[in-house]
Amino acid sequence: MTRPFLLRGIRRYGAGEPVNLLVRNGLIAELGASVDGTGAEIFNGGGLVALPGLVDLHTHLREPGREDTETIATGSAAAALGGYTAVFAMANTDPVADTAVVVEYVYRRGRDIGLVDVHPVGAVTAGLHGQRLAELGAMATSAAAVRLFSDDGLCVHDSLLMRRALEYACGLGGVIAQHAEDPRLTAGAQAHEGRVAARLGLAGWPPAAEESIVARDCLLARDAGAALHICHVSSAGTVELLRWAKRRSIRVSAEVTPHHLLLTDERLSGYDPVNKVNPPLRTAADTEALRTALAEGIVDCVATDHAPHAAQDKDCEWSAARPGMLGLQTALSVVIATMVQPGLLDWRGVARVMSERPAQIGRAADQGRPIAVGEPANLVLVDPDATWTVHGVQLASLADNTPYEGMELPGRVVLTMLRGQVTTEDGKVQG
Amino acid sequence: MRHLLTTAGLPRKTVTALLDTAEALKQSLLGREVRKLPTLRGRTVVTLFYESSTRTRASFEIAGKWMSADVVNISAGGSAVAKGESLRDTALTLTAMGADCVVLRHPASGAAHRLAGWVPAHVINAGDGTHQHPTQALLDAATLRERLGDLNGRTVTIIGDVLHSRVARSNIELLITLGARIRLVAPPTLLPRDVAHWGNALASTSGDWPVTVSHDLDAALPGSDAVMMLRVQTERMHGEFFPSAREYAISYGLTEARLGLLPEHAVVLHPGPMLRGMEIAYSVADSPRAAITEQVRNGVHVRMAVLYHLLAGRDDQTPGEEV
Repeated sequence: MTRPFLLRGIRRYGAGEPVNLLVRNGLIAELGASVDGTGAEIFNGGGLVALPGLVDLHTHLREPGREDTETIATGSAAAALGGYTAVFAMANTDPVADTAVVVEYVYRRGRDIGLVDVHPVGAVTAGLHGQRLAELGAMATSAAAVRLFSDDGLCVHDSLLMRRALEYACGLGGVIAQHAEDPRLTAGAQAHEGRVAARLGLAGWPPAAEESIVARDCLLARDAGAALHICHVSSAGTVELLRWAKRRSIRVSAEVTPHHLLLTDERLSGYDPVNKVNPPLRTAADTEALRTALAEGIVDCVATDHAPHAAQDKDCEWSAARPGMLGLQTALSVVIATMVQPGLLDWRGVARVMSERPAQIGRAADQGRPIAVGEPANLVLVDPDATWTVHGVQLASLADNTPYEGMELPGRVVLTMLRGQVTTEDGKVQG
Repeated sequence: MRHLLTTAGLPRKTVTALLDTAEALKQSLLGREVRKLPTLRGRTVVTLFYESSTRTRASFEIAGKWMSADVVNISAGGSAVAKGESLRDTALTLTAMGADCVVLRHPASGAAHRLAGWVPAHVINAGDGTHQHPTQALLDAATLRERLGDLNGRTVTIIGDVLHSRVARSNIELLITLGARIRLVAPPTLLPRDVAHWGNALASTSGDWPVTVSHDLDAALPGSDAVMMLRVQTERMHGEFFPSAREYAISYGLTEARLGLLPEHAVVLHPGPMLRGMEIAYSVADSPRAAITEQVRNGVHVRMAVLYHLLAGRDDQTPGEEV
């Protein structure tokens, strides 16, 4: 039995008077202005914003296979430092997470490290080859209890296979997370198909490649009555399709990445591949539409698509570079800059899009819970007034290239707690 | 000027200085038996080519040699590159050996930009993917200036595969800087996105963007002071960009009849290599209107001028005494 822990003077969801929160046995035991928690370890919150621990539906931890760029340990540390208490680890590892054996390995490694809950995402198709279904049932009934399935990095583009996947996963209480990209429309694509890429001579990735798959999959989900999740929505057109589908009560949810909320293709003029990502950075009109959609709930949540890459895969010519960027330790700050500061979301809203909705979509029952007595003590304390400057080498990830290098961002994670255990405090991993 | 990576955002003053230098070099070499200037003695120029090339590579080599630079040619096929070495490492190796200038041709757009950030040497972009080929645009401008004089207010019609053409992109940017108007004629499948509205697409450039688009070659020819034919790359012929080579030639080929639609003074340019009978009729390529061999000749002088401006480090001067 661990010692009780008192968080003194925190503001739940950044609102109201500061309260004290007593944690006992991994749960929120008492809550109120007069809770004193005699004998407890005390942390002075000083009016910090308290949110439920963040949940990331879209993380690449790279283990097994590319432990030179990230491991479950380093990725867990980056997540905890970023305010996360749960991450969903994408299946495109080597070997691919398409069997019970691999997902159980990832799950157990995550549990042993213990900084965040690591929920493995299972591949939809064997080997991510897009040809036949992986053993979704075996992964669902494994110790990892997989509920989220995705071929992320690749699109399940075969219409019949996608239909079957949606139907089959439905029977497991699962959801298919689609990387929406018609591969025929993006052959050789390097950047958003717009003026910038055209002038720079970079082959275009048209929004229609994403939107056509989103439209198709919404119709398939409608007919199957199945749950569909759209990964990393990048275009204003996709937002319109989601609006249409949600109005018709189709069971579709969607995520947006921090980088698609903040960065645009205008950053490409120097050809620095830190800006290369899939789907690509698009235009200011797209970031605008995505921010509005997130505020309205048309896009349900923020997911990082944290994708570490080795220096040699980024410090090279643009077309040779791998797509993807770090995200776990910058996500909250980017959301503050793009959503909170402009008044599009309050802290209650941040809790919704970065913790509650992702936990619901990923079926993580004990995450994204209210900050209330009896609930699991998965919490993050945020100093909303602090700013910090991003330096890749100071981040916990093994890869250190980031498009945010040198950028000053608002908001700082002061403390993260997983089931009553402090995982990070003042930028340092605990325990 | 430290590098020559793109014609976008290149100041008009710099362009004019380069063209003036090229012209001065051409005049001074005219009729000489020994075409050798001592200007770049002791300087090492490396041409690093990741794509096959005959004319551009030879042109740079001759330009360097006529200015007494030591020129080393490296092809990707027969070198460490074939063993998997990265562009960055190859370039660092070459500059460690003392290369003062790297002339790079590479299939990746932006490769020269990246190289300029990696090595201490001067970098000349000799073609990067579908992005830019600045010395080609300069030699085209030099040729047009010889034939037409000042390019201010002139209309240059560029015909063919603009989408995949670094020649077109370089020329559009450079000719606009020199005051010309650009008309692009191509099937919609071979035009880059929004090409008539690129003016503010990059932070380094802004404002006036006199580019128009048309799909009707016959209508475009009478108002043209020059036409620039682009090579149709064979790999495009099977990429659903147009139905057949025959249909392309009928719609966009510069035939004898179409030559007659051009004004008397109009110039015909082609960057080569040409596909006679495809984008340009056999006889048109040899007609007095065509300036194709002049383009090649000017290429050497333009590249001498670029090497001079980069390596002799004098932006606004033309070579004087030593010429």
